[in-house]
Amino acid sequence: MALDFQPVWDWFRVLHETSGIKLTIFYDSFDRWRFFNGFLTSVRLMGVCLVASVVIGVVGAWIQGSRLRALRLVTQGYIQFFRNTPPLVQLYFFYFALGSYLKVTTGNGMSVPIVSNFTWAAICLSFYAGAFNVEIFRAGIEAVPRETMEAAESLGYSRLKAYAYVILPLAFRISLPALNNNLVNLVKTTTIAYAIAVPEMLYVANQIWSDESNVPEMMNVLLIVYVSLVGILVWVMGRWERALRVPGYMPA
Amino acid sequence: MIANRSDMAVLKPFRLPAGEPWRFSIWHGVALLVILAVAIGIGEAQAQAAAGKPGIIATMIKWTPLLLQGFALNIAMSFLAMAIGTVVGVPLGLAQISLLPPIRGSSWFVTQFFRNSPWLVLLFYCMLLLPFEVRIGDTIVPLPGWFKSTIGLSLPVMANVSELVRGAVRSIPYGQWEAAESLAMSRRQTLWMIILPQCVKRMTPPWMNLYAILTVATPLTSVVGVSEAMTLTGDILSSEARTELLVPMYLYLLLFFFLYCYPIARATIALEKRFQVR
Repeated sequence: MALDFQPVWDWFRVLHETSGIKLTIFYDSFDRWRFFNGFLTSVRLMGVCLVASVVIGVVGAWIQGSRLRALRLVTQGYIQFFRNTPPLVQLYFFYFALGSYLKVTTGNGMSVPIVSNFTWAAICLSFYAGAFNVEIFRAGIEAVPRETMEAAESLGYSRLKAYAYVILPLAFRISLPALNNNLVNLVKTTTIAYAIAVPEMLYVANQIWSDESNVPEMMNVLLIVYVSLVGILVWVMGRWERALRVPGYMPA
Repeated sequence: MIANRSDMAVLKPFRLPAGEPWRFSIWHGVALLVILAVAIGIGEAQAQAAAGKPGIIATMIKWTPLLLQGFALNIAMSFLAMAIGTVVGVPLGLAQISLLPPIRGSSWFVTQFFRNSPWLVLLFYCMLLLPFEVRIGDTIVPLPGWFKSTIGLSLPVMANVSELVRGAVRSIPYGQWEAAESLAMSRRQTLWMIILPQCVKRMTPPWMNLYAILTVATPLTSVVGVSEAMTLTGDILSSEARTELLVPMYLYLLLFFFLYCYPIARATIALEKRFQVR
């Protein structure tokens, strides 16, 4: 059954006519389409970065435990670089410095970047949050005593299986509170993608209020949407954190 | 806040290696200086190849007064935002531990709201929605862009200070409340004479850390068009129109921030050590 939203859109049109609250994103089909796409882009950016940064964190923590000194040094350098420079500067560096080299010239003589600005934002923010995740996961793994590994081995687990079934689940539960903080921070930081013209929510809202001159309405919508998105994440992760809390460890 | 201890003997404590992000160490300064020297060296070599242009260092010295002016605005904004954030945030934090549910609930909501909203969105919000002048009585007070964005920066600071206050009060062992009660002290007396004096000590290091984070966040205002150091650097670069100047100039700016924030980081660490309860 197709839902008919037309009465809702009409209600917002009437609202504009009677009270002057100009929420074009509801009754103007073009603005609605733009804003919805901006919202999707934001959510997609957040989703991609959340997953990628956790993957980077796990892989990085695994590399940091490796026997090769060179590998460990490289990861350490990566962490130090991304931890200690502002994300906005990183974004500019990736997009303008690295992006300017990665260009192809098409048949009609136009030079087109190989990597889109969305991808640059996703890469940069994932590595930014990933640097923190590496340390968080490593701290979690280090909190699991060696004896646990030995016990698992004495039960006939192989090294990989002991990691997968015993060490990592425990480490994950221990690091979840710190991981949450970092991921919430990441979701808030995705707004800086605005600076390299990724058509995410802030950018699209800016376009809409320039066209329709409804700054107060759009600003309020934007703030409410962001706070709800982050609020949902905080709430879900908080519940998950409480469910997975190791009893007796780190009294709340 | 993560406690570094465990009641469970089976697991070891969870310990993150380095301190807070944005806490500069001397190695950052050394690395910065080395990279800056290399960048200037390369730039000078390129400048010599193209004759008739002043050297990189000369150009950088020429623009230093302007950059310092911009940087002074950054510092002024960080001071003001911190002051406003603290003055509003402390009462808000105290309201969060109020015994009256409506006050507790609403202050919790305000704190969470501003903690969960992105800094950039708050900046845009204040920049575009505050009027450019306000009328107080007969005088018209103009509100310049930098002031509006300072208000925007002070909102998340306020929420963070509020959480700091709440966390600090909660970190005082409950036995102290009970002991004060047994000495027939009222709740207000307990709070002002016993709990809060200890909180000030515990709150100072994280408060200073928040200040460092805020200072490093002030370049965000360049996105909304405040002519602070970052914006001015961009202006200088476009007026010089020399690509070899790009990297040295931004590194030079980064050096300003380092020189300002590093002593704060040292002081924070020193205070943390001194106030450590153990």
